[in-house]
Amino acid sequence: MSASDILIEVKNLKKYFPIQKGVFKKVVGHVKAVDGVSFSIRQGETLGLVGESGCGKTTVGRMIMGAYRPTGGEIWFQTPDGGPRLNLAEMTPAQMRPIRPHIQMIFQDPFASLNPRMTVREILAEPLIVNKVAKGAALEGRVRELIELVGLKVQYLTRYPHAFSGGQRQRICVARAMALYPRLLVADEPTSALDVSVQAQIVNLALEIQNKMGLAYLFISHDLGLVRHFSQKIVLMYVGKVVEYAPAANLFGKPRHPYTEALMSNVPSVRSDFVSHKIILKGETADPINPPPGCAFHPRCVYAQDVCSREEPLLREIGPDHVVACHFSEALDLNGCDALGCAI
Amino acid sequence: MPPLLEVDDLQVHFFIDEGTVRAVDGVSFSLEQGKTLGIVGESGSGKSVIGQAILRIVPSPGQIVNGRILLQVDEKENLQQQTLDLVTIDPRGALARSIRGSDISMIFQEPMNSFSPVHTVGSQIMEALLIHSDVSKAEARNQAIEMLHRVGIPQPENRIDAYPHQLSGGMRQRAMIAMALVCRPRVLIADEPTTALDVTVQAQILALLKELQEEFGMAIIFISHNLGVISDISDDVLVVYFGRVMEQAPVKDIFDYPLHPYTQALLRSVPGIDTPVRTELATIEGTLPDPLAYIVGCPFYGRCTECGGDSVCRDQPYELTKVSPEHFVACPRMCIKL
Repeated sequence: MSASDILIEVKNLKKYFPIQKGVFKKVVGHVKAVDGVSFSIRQGETLGLVGESGCGKTTVGRMIMGAYRPTGGEIWFQTPDGGPRLNLAEMTPAQMRPIRPHIQMIFQDPFASLNPRMTVREILAEPLIVNKVAKGAALEGRVRELIELVGLKVQYLTRYPHAFSGGQRQRICVARAMALYPRLLVADEPTSALDVSVQAQIVNLALEIQNKMGLAYLFISHDLGLVRHFSQKIVLMYVGKVVEYAPAANLFGKPRHPYTEALMSNVPSVRSDFVSHKIILKGETADPINPPPGCAFHPRCVYAQDVCSREEPLLREIGPDHVVACHFSEALDLNGCDALGCAI
Repeated sequence: MPPLLEVDDLQVHFFIDEGTVRAVDGVSFSLEQGKTLGIVGESGSGKSVIGQAILRIVPSPGQIVNGRILLQVDEKENLQQQTLDLVTIDPRGALARSIRGSDISMIFQEPMNSFSPVHTVGSQIMEALLIHSDVSKAEARNQAIEMLHRVGIPQPENRIDAYPHQLSGGMRQRAMIAMALVCRPRVLIADEPTTALDVTVQAQILALLKELQEEFGMAIIFISHNLGVISDISDDVLVVYFGRVMEQAPVKDIFDYPLHPYTQALLRSVPGIDTPVRTELATIEGTLPDPLAYIVGCPFYGRCTECGGDSVCRDQPYELTKVSPEHFVACPRMCIKL
């Protein structure tokens, strides 16, 4: 695997949001939304970014998009066709502009992410016009190609977003994101607002497009079952930090962090022939403004020992491509999906 | 002995300018004490309206046009009979108000919208007690603290004076459960209570509900779109689609031997342990029928891959048929074969 295969490499990425108080907006502290996240995505690969609400997964996606400027760290992006490797974290918005077509995003709420005053044709044509990619007949041809790519009819081009169901709107969002042949699609909870039957349609569409166009996905979700189905590699975050980063099969087969184990056991299953052993965690996700000392997970961890509240565990490699942040990864014999009886 | 709550041929219609939306169209079920009935369906299936109808809080322009909702009640002042038909009572009357919160309570998806933001959590829990039972203010406060403790809120004697925004999502949902259960209702209607929560907190809340059910013996109607959650908590399950019950059975039968093609399709569309990764998932093609349409036959007709457009399914009037003592299914194709 050569280095040029890596499409995007995130190194020690950080984003601190200031907390301001008083009339003079004095900075009294920071929310460490993302605190030292590293991972890489190869060309055409899907990386699942999983975690509970407030863990910073969306912030990571937005920094890659250039919507937030990182507080620290690097985002190395391999420009297509043998172009240079660029550090997006240091680029100004003006410098980012030519890069933006290569990285696109779709959002959770398809009702909020389409302009209600624009027809589908206008929505799909806008990125092509803004970036001066096509005009006239070529523009119309590309718009038609896009709407067919996502399985909608050409007649729908004259309609407004309100005339579509949630699943159809999400298809339009996918079509718009595909307009400029991106190399990376950041999908932030793309199916969370949809019914399960429609969710399956969008997942199928995303897989089909990936096979056809060979682009990479950063798939941000809280749904472990869906992430397992979709991703080759998984990053699990907890309060701004990576707790485990591994290929999907390894992570689900043999997790090495107690949080991974607990999270998997908590996914409700529809199979009565699986006896599930639920690990009910105490308390709730730690406060990112004031995280607990040591390992942020220790107040909820069933295996916690004294050292966990004193020393912060560092991310370390414990197997091929398997990275984990726990003092006791080797000592603990954690259960995988099968042993836990979770049918995801 | 009659069941605690019996719903018989309930029809709730919404009369809007464009026509009539049959949100609930002939739903029947019964609920025993200490049992949990799961109602599962996609958005727009009418599952929430069933819960609202039982509490008589269907929003306008919705009306209960038919059916009975029979609740076993204790002797109340100026009320002799043991069985009360909730459809016949005045939804704004004193009787309806005395039932809400004391006999039947409800918890909702988003606790932030269900609490008053300008009153403390404690005063809202105490309000329920002061209205429904004859207790002093000090006693009500003690009971509220006890209840907050029971639902797992740490330091309840301090948290009772907190405002809803000062609590986290999980804590707020616990506080709402405390508010719903403080008068010891016999029926709890839970409408998507864990949808806004993280999975680890969801698991906590589900475990808590089961624990409290064992202790207080209340019956639960648990409404959700999440098949996994329904399978976790329910004893019996109703699968609703387009305002109608498509299948009704004990939880094990629904998930192990689903009979209705709709139930089967729903179960297939969730990736599970048997689904090879990165393969195509089974989908349900098409969309829900037009909500204004009146469909005589199977509302799943046209999306169903099993019937292949059999005209029997379209024309045979909807009917829930018994296929085994506890398993009911509304599939014309299957029922005719029986």
